[in-house]
Amino acid sequence: MNAARPSEGASMYAIELQDLRKNFGKTEIIRGANLAVKAGERVAVIGPNGAGKSTLFNLISGRLAPTSGEVLLNGQSVVGLRPYEINRLGLSRSFQITNIFPKLSVFENLRCGVLWSLGYRYTFLRFLSKLDDANERTEQLMRQVGLERKRDVLAVNLTYAEQRALEIGVTIAGGANVILLDEPTAGMSKTETSHFIALIKEVTVGRTLLTVEHDMGVVFGLADRIAVVVYGEVIAFDTPAAVRANPKVQEAYLGSSVADAQGGH
Amino acid sequence: MNAIASSSSPSAPVRYYRFKPWNLGRILVWSLFAIALIVAPMLFRSSLALTMLSQIGYLIIICLSYNMLLGQGGMLSFGHAVYTGLGSFIAIHTMNLAAKGSLPVPLVLIPLVGGLGGMFFAILFGYVTTKKAGTTFAMITLGLGELVASMALMFPTFFGGEGGITTNRVYGTPFFGLNFGSQTQVYYLIAVYCFVCTGLMFAFTGTPLGRILNAVRDNPERVEFIGYNTQRVRYIAFIIAGFFAGIGGGLASINFEIVNAADSLNGIRSGGYLLFTFLGGATFFFGPIIGAVLLVFASILLSELSKAWLLYLGLIFLFMVMFAPGGVASLIMMNLRVAKFGKFKPFWALYAGLIATGALLVAGVAGVVEMIYHMQLNAALGPTLRFFGMTLDTSSVTSWAISLGLMVVGGVLLELVRRRFVAAWSRAQEDIEHEIKRGGMA
Repeated sequence: MNAARPSEGASMYAIELQDLRKNFGKTEIIRGANLAVKAGERVAVIGPNGAGKSTLFNLISGRLAPTSGEVLLNGQSVVGLRPYEINRLGLSRSFQITNIFPKLSVFENLRCGVLWSLGYRYTFLRFLSKLDDANERTEQLMRQVGLERKRDVLAVNLTYAEQRALEIGVTIAGGANVILLDEPTAGMSKTETSHFIALIKEVTVGRTLLTVEHDMGVVFGLADRIAVVVYGEVIAFDTPAAVRANPKVQEAYLGSSVADAQGGH
Repeated sequence: MNAIASSSSPSAPVRYYRFKPWNLGRILVWSLFAIALIVAPMLFRSSLALTMLSQIGYLIIICLSYNMLLGQGGMLSFGHAVYTGLGSFIAIHTMNLAAKGSLPVPLVLIPLVGGLGGMFFAILFGYVTTKKAGTTFAMITLGLGELVASMALMFPTFFGGEGGITTNRVYGTPFFGLNFGSQTQVYYLIAVYCFVCTGLMFAFTGTPLGRILNAVRDNPERVEFIGYNTQRVRYIAFIIAGFFAGIGGGLASINFEIVNAADSLNGIRSGGYLLFTFLGGATFFFGPIIGAVLLVFASILLSELSKAWLLYLGLIFLFMVMFAPGGVASLIMMNLRVAKFGKFKPFWALYAGLIATGALLVAGVAGVVEMIYHMQLNAALGPTLRFFGMTLDTSSVTSWAISLGLMVVGGVLLELVRRRFVAAWSRAQEDIEHEIKRGGMA
């Protein structure tokens, strides 16, 4: 790949993976993944179960440390940084299993996501109710994800689809410009999914999006480019049409053809 | 910041406006709290009552500070007495130095000195303990608590050995005519600190750090992905809790004029704070206030009533953990919620049934326990004992039969009522949950 690494300033890539590897004991999960996602691009990460998609997300977001290789966020290495440090550099992620604050209300969940980016940090000398900018931003977010009628409901009491929407809300709350969504539509009905994809498109306008997705219809509708992960490697990274036509992908991942897989989930 | 601006909707930002009807209620609640603190010693004039009220006052501060860790931060600390106790020692040494004239600290500021002492040790020890969360945190606090308790025996000059450190709270120039010689004056000093500290700790729950602390309790991993260092959040909260714990400790020093490492620093004391904070209710801010009141009633009144009071306390604790894990505060709030949704009617009869059958069971159990204790400890005093106006005879079959009979009958009836209660209760809760989900109301 690129030998000359952009050491400072604006890289044209929002996320760049260089020969990324991760072993669990002797098992290699990620085996030299390379990927370069341009700023503002929407990328779907697909691949069979166990291919390492979630692990890839965990490596990028700092939940796991890579065994070797490089992860660059806007040209800056984030290997070895803690999740909160990476988040402060402008990357935010959601989780495959709903991961919110169950005993806080919808409003409080979203406001927690907003606070750091507005500079309130560890403050205990100001009242939340007086932080007009944070509260306004939270109200706006709540409308964006369509939960304004559930404002004071505890997250634990929401329906599954509402919890998923809240998860997206918390993820985008801090205004990160790189968003990682791990199977955002998992477990949703067809109508919920299409509604939800529209929401994701809307809230990620102008941001870089990486999403793991199984529903091929969704993938082709949402993504500018598709990264195919098989057995810990990115075997293809191209436009949906090109990926669909790529014989390597058809062979390795889909068995016969992408068309067969459509609607399979 | 740019990202935030660019992602906001193109339409003009709508100023959000929220009607806040509870502010009036809040003023009312705080006024009532202040009035209660002021008039309590006028209503209960005995010296025992004043002793109890003084202890309740500083224990409220301590239990609330403990709940900052347990209820708000999800930190199960087994070593809270370290910070109250060390706060007490710092305070009492400062009092002695001030009495000698070496330090110009008036008595009214001694609790703050205790607070700074507690805070200092929280900064020191919290740096280690708050690195970890959950079980590991609990274990480390337990270990540190034992460490400090055993250190107390190694440094008798500071901790006063077995006799502890004594002081005299009457020193220096009186503060607006108050020399704090009388217990009443001490009570009002405690009451002022109690009110201010409670207010400050309540205010803390409405700050960014207070809310993120709740988030750390609920889901520490997620907090790391919204920009916060969870260790830092826990650490700062721990320091603040240590500060208030130290204030409570300082007030205890003033109240008793003696601090003894053997019972102010150890794990039993820490366990007491934990137990009663839990009994009062860790999930609500005011729960620990109830806990502090219960703690004083249990340790002063219950211990007067029966030698077996620790056994009863253990049974109560067991019972609460099993049937009301949210403590007294949650019992109150759950019933208020049922009442708010207009579903309380069937519960009057059920509660009456629970109380009546429960009383039978308690009477039976108490009879048996008292007779066994009497046989073990007071056999020399003969077979008869008086308990709640009744005469029990450990040598008569009738006493045993009646007690055991009450126990069995009460137990069976209680279980029958309990089943009906649980059925009605869960039905009411389901209805309420359903109404909340449908209406989007909290």
